[in-house]
Amino acid sequence: MTQTIDYHAIAPELILSGTIVLVLIVDSLIKKRSWLTMPLALAGVIAALIAALTLIGTNRVTFGGMYVVDDFAVLFKVFFLSVATVVLLVSFRYFRDGRVYQGEYYFLLLTAFLGCVMMPSSRDLLLLFISLELISAPGFLMAALRKRDLRSNEAGIKFFLIGVLSTAVMLYGMSLMYGVTGTTRLSEIGIALAGSLPQGQETMALAAILFITVGFGFKVSAVPFQFWAPDTYEGAPVPVAAFLATASKAAGFAGLLQLMFVAFPAEYEFWAPIFAVLSILTMTIGNFVALQQTQAVRLLAYSSIAQAGYMLLPFALVSGDQATNRLAFSAGVTYILIYAVMTLGAFAVVIALSRESKALPISDFAGLAKRAPVIMVAMTIFMISLAGIPPTAGFWAKLLIFRAAIDRGGIGVVLAIVMLVNSVVSISYYLAIPRQMIFEKPERARPFLSPVLVTGVTMVAMVAVLAIGAFPELLYHFPPLSTLVGR
Amino acid sequence: MNGWEQSAISIATFLPLVGTVVIALVPKEREKLVRGLGILFTAVAMLVAIAVAVDFDYGARSGLQFEVNTRWIPAIGARYHIGIDGISLPLWVLTFVLSFLCAIYTWRFVPSPGKTKAFLALMLMLETGMAGTFIAFDLILFFIFWELVLVPMYFLIGIWGSANREYAAIKFFLYTLFGSVFMLLGFLAMYFKATPHTFDIIDLQQIGAAGGFTHTFQLVAFGAIALGFAVKVPMWPFHTWLPDAHTEAPTIGSVLLAGIMLKMGTYGFVRIALPVLPYGAEKYAPLIGLLAAIAIIYAALACLAQKDLKRLIAFSSVGHMGFVMLGIATLTSIGINAAIFGMVAHGLITGMLFFCVGSLYDRYHTRMIADIGGGVMAKLPYLGGVFAFVAIASLGLPGLAGFWGEVMALLSSYSPAPMLEEGMFRVFMVAGGIGTILTAGYFLWMLQRVNMGTIPERWKESPFPDVVRVEWISWVPLLVATVALGIFPRLLIGITDGAVTSLTQLFTG
Repeated sequence: MTQTIDYHAIAPELILSGTIVLVLIVDSLIKKRSWLTMPLALAGVIAALIAALTLIGTNRVTFGGMYVVDDFAVLFKVFFLSVATVVLLVSFRYFRDGRVYQGEYYFLLLTAFLGCVMMPSSRDLLLLFISLELISAPGFLMAALRKRDLRSNEAGIKFFLIGVLSTAVMLYGMSLMYGVTGTTRLSEIGIALAGSLPQGQETMALAAILFITVGFGFKVSAVPFQFWAPDTYEGAPVPVAAFLATASKAAGFAGLLQLMFVAFPAEYEFWAPIFAVLSILTMTIGNFVALQQTQAVRLLAYSSIAQAGYMLLPFALVSGDQATNRLAFSAGVTYILIYAVMTLGAFAVVIALSRESKALPISDFAGLAKRAPVIMVAMTIFMISLAGIPPTAGFWAKLLIFRAAIDRGGIGVVLAIVMLVNSVVSISYYLAIPRQMIFEKPERARPFLSPVLVTGVTMVAMVAVLAIGAFPELLYHFPPLSTLVGR
Repeated sequence: MNGWEQSAISIATFLPLVGTVVIALVPKEREKLVRGLGILFTAVAMLVAIAVAVDFDYGARSGLQFEVNTRWIPAIGARYHIGIDGISLPLWVLTFVLSFLCAIYTWRFVPSPGKTKAFLALMLMLETGMAGTFIAFDLILFFIFWELVLVPMYFLIGIWGSANREYAAIKFFLYTLFGSVFMLLGFLAMYFKATPHTFDIIDLQQIGAAGGFTHTFQLVAFGAIALGFAVKVPMWPFHTWLPDAHTEAPTIGSVLLAGIMLKMGTYGFVRIALPVLPYGAEKYAPLIGLLAAIAIIYAALACLAQKDLKRLIAFSSVGHMGFVMLGIATLTSIGINAAIFGMVAHGLITGMLFFCVGSLYDRYHTRMIADIGGGVMAKLPYLGGVFAFVAIASLGLPGLAGFWGEVMALLSSYSPAPMLEEGMFRVFMVAGGIGTILTAGYFLWMLQRVNMGTIPERWKESPFPDVVRVEWISWVPLLVATVALGIFPRLLIGITDGAVTSLTQLFTG
C-alpha cells in the first residue's frame, strides 16, 4: 500500500524540524556568538506560524488517519507557535546574560515545541506518545540547564524520574488498550469501546484508561501527581519554567482532550468521576499550598497547579448529552488559551525581575509601583485576571466553565461551588504580589531595568488580557471550538 | 433627540472610565491638572446625568427609559441592555453627585500618602462601576459593573487608609467576592432555568411573574443571589467587613462606600431578587425581616460602645441599612418606597457624616472621641454645627431626610404583604421602634461628648481652620438635599412610586 503524504498539512512541523537542525549546526560553527541562534530560531518559528496560519479552515488527514489537521489542531498549532515566539523573546536576554548553553537551549526548546505542535494532530496512541516524549525529554535537559546550580540539578532529576515513571505507566496503559481494541487509532478505539466488549476486556479497557490518564496527569501537574512541578519550576531557568507552565501543560491538555473526546467518550461514566476528584483535589490543594508561598516562581507554580484543576473540571462534566459536552469542551479549550496568556505575562515580569534578584522572593517586588509603574500595572492586571475578577480575560474563562458546570447540573453544581470557593481563596495569594509592589517601599532606589523584548511581551499580554476582558466576543472569531465532540 | 436617548446614560456612565485613562496619561508632577481633570470629568458626567433626570418622563408609571438593547456577546447570550426607571434614577444620579462632590473635596484634601493621580484615577473607575450597576439590565453586565468596584476600592483602602488598612482592604475584598461568586452562580442557574435561556433582567422578571421558575428552584436561587447582595448591604451577620473597611478607608472612600456602594446590595434585592423570584422572596422575607430587626438593635448597641468616631458611624450604617432591608422585607409598595428613600437619605446623610469626621480628623489628627474631648462647637462653630445637623438628621428627626425612610419602613411592617405573617412583622416593627430610640440615644450622646463642653487644654492653642471654602462647596448640596427631601418627600417618592407599585403587584396579587 503506497501512501501519499500531504506535505502542506505537515508544513509547520517540517519547517520547525529544519530550523532545529539548522540551529544545531549554526551553533557549533559560531561558538563565539551563539546568541545568533535565537534570531534564527525565531525566524523558523515565525515561518512555521505562517505555515500554520495557511491551514486555517482546512481539514486534512494524512499518514493513514494518524495525523489530522482540523480546526482544533490548527487552533492549538497557532497557539503553540505564538507561545514559542513569546518564550524565545523573553529568553534572549536571560540566556545571553547567563552566557551558558545558548545554542543548545534554543535547540532543545524548538524540539519541545515541535512535540507541542504535533500533539493536537496526533490521533493515534503511538503518535501521542511520541509527541509527549518530544516535549518531555528536552524538558528534562532544559530544567537542568544551569548545570552549576544545585537547584537546577534537582529540578532536572526530579522532573526526569517522575516523568519517566509516568511515561512507563502511560505506555503500559496504551499497550493494554491496543490489546483490547486491536488498534492504536483514536477514532477506531472510540468505535471499539462504543460497541460491546466482553466482560474481562471491559475491565482491562478501563484500567488502560486509568493508566493513560495518570500519565497525562503528571504532564498537566494534577494532584496527586503534582509534586515535581514547584521544585522543577523553581530550579529551572525562569523561561523554561514559563514554557513548562504554559506550552507543556497546554499540550498535555490538548492530548487529554483528544483522548477523552475522540477515543474514550463511550466510557465517560467511568472517567468523568475520576476527573471530578482530580479537579477538586488539584484546585484545592494547589490554592491552599499557594497561600503559603513566599517565592515568586513557586507561587506561580502552585497557581498553575490550581489552574490545572479548573481546566480539568470540564472533563468531569462529560455526559451523554452532546450539547453539554460541547459547552464543556469549548470552555476547557478557552480556559487553556486564556490561562497561557495571563501566565506568560506574569512570567515575563518575573524574568525581568530575575535580572536583579536571583532567589526571587516575593518581597523583591516591593515598591515596583515607584520603580516601574507600567510593569506594576501589567503584573497587577495579570494577577487579577488569574484570580478571575472582571473585567479581565480570566473572568470570561471562569464564566464559561461555570456556565458549562451549571448547565450540566448535578455534579456540575458541586464542582462549580468548589471552584467558586477556590477562586475566592486564590485572591489572597494573587494579591500578594500587587500588595508588595504597591503597598511596600522599594529596597532599591535605582530604576528598574527591564529588557526591551520582555517589556514588549508584557505589554502585548496585558493588552490581550484587557481586550478579551472588554470584548470577549474576540474569542469567538476562532474556528468552532467544539469540533471534537460527538464525532 | 434619538441619538441622545440612545447614548446619554452610556456616556455618563463611561465618562469617568475615560477620565481614568486620561489621568493615567498625565505626568504625576502636574498635580493641579490632575485634580482639575478629576473635577472636570465628574462634573461633565454629573451634568449629563442631571440632563437625563430632567429629560426623564416622570409621567410614565413603569417601563424603562433611555433603553439600549444591543448585541454584546452572542456566544454567551449576554446583551448590552441598559436603561433607567424610577427605582434606579435616584440612585444613579446620586452616584454622580456624590462622586463630583468627592472630586471637589479632593482639590484640597488628598489623604496621605498623596499620589493624587492614582487616587483620582481609581475613584473615577469606581464611579463607572457604581453607576453602571444601577443601569444594567443584563445579569452579566450587572455582574461586571458590580465587580468593577472591588479592585479600585481595595486599593483606595489599602493605599490611602489608616493604620490597619491592609487587613481592612483584603477583608473587604474577600468578603464581598465570596458573596458575589454565589450570586454569579445564582445568575447562571436562572439563565439555564429560564425558557428561552436569557440573562435579560426584564425577560427574567416576566418569566418569574408568570411562574416560570419552580418553587424549589426559587428557594435555592434566591438564597444564592441574596447571599451576594446581603454581604454588600451588609446585613447582619455578614456586616463584619464594614466597620473595618469604613474605619480604615480615606474620607472619600468612606463617603462613596456608605453613600453608594452599600446601596448596590439593596438595589439588587429590589431589582433582581424580588421580581424574578417572587416565591423565594415571599419565603425569605421573614428571615430578612428578622435579620434586619437584629441589625437595627445590634448596630445601635454597638454604636453605644464605640470609642472611635468613624467606627461609630460605620456601625450606624449597619442599622440604617437594617431599616432599608426591613422595608424591602415587607414586600409592600410603602416598604420598598421607604427602602429607596432610606437608601438615598442614608447616602446623603452618612456621606455627610463621613465628610465631617474626615474634616475633624484633618484638624485633630485623631478620631477617638475621648481624645477630641468635647468643645468642638466652641472651637470650630461651623464644623460643629454642620456635624450636629447631620447627626440629628441621621437619627431621624422629622422634617429631615432621615425621617421618612425609617418611619415608612416601620409603617409598612405594621401591615406587610398579605401572604406574610402580620404578627411577626409587628414584632420587627417594635424592635425597629426601640432601635430608633437607641439611635437617637447614641447620636445625642456622641454629640454631647464631641461637640459640647469646653475646649480641652491640649487643643486650646491649636490654630484649627473652621470649615474652608472647598468643604462648603462639597457639603452645601448635600445639606440642602437633606432638608429638601425632609420637607418634600414627594420629590423622591413621586419618582419611585410608579416603578415600585408595578413591582409589588406581584405580591399584593
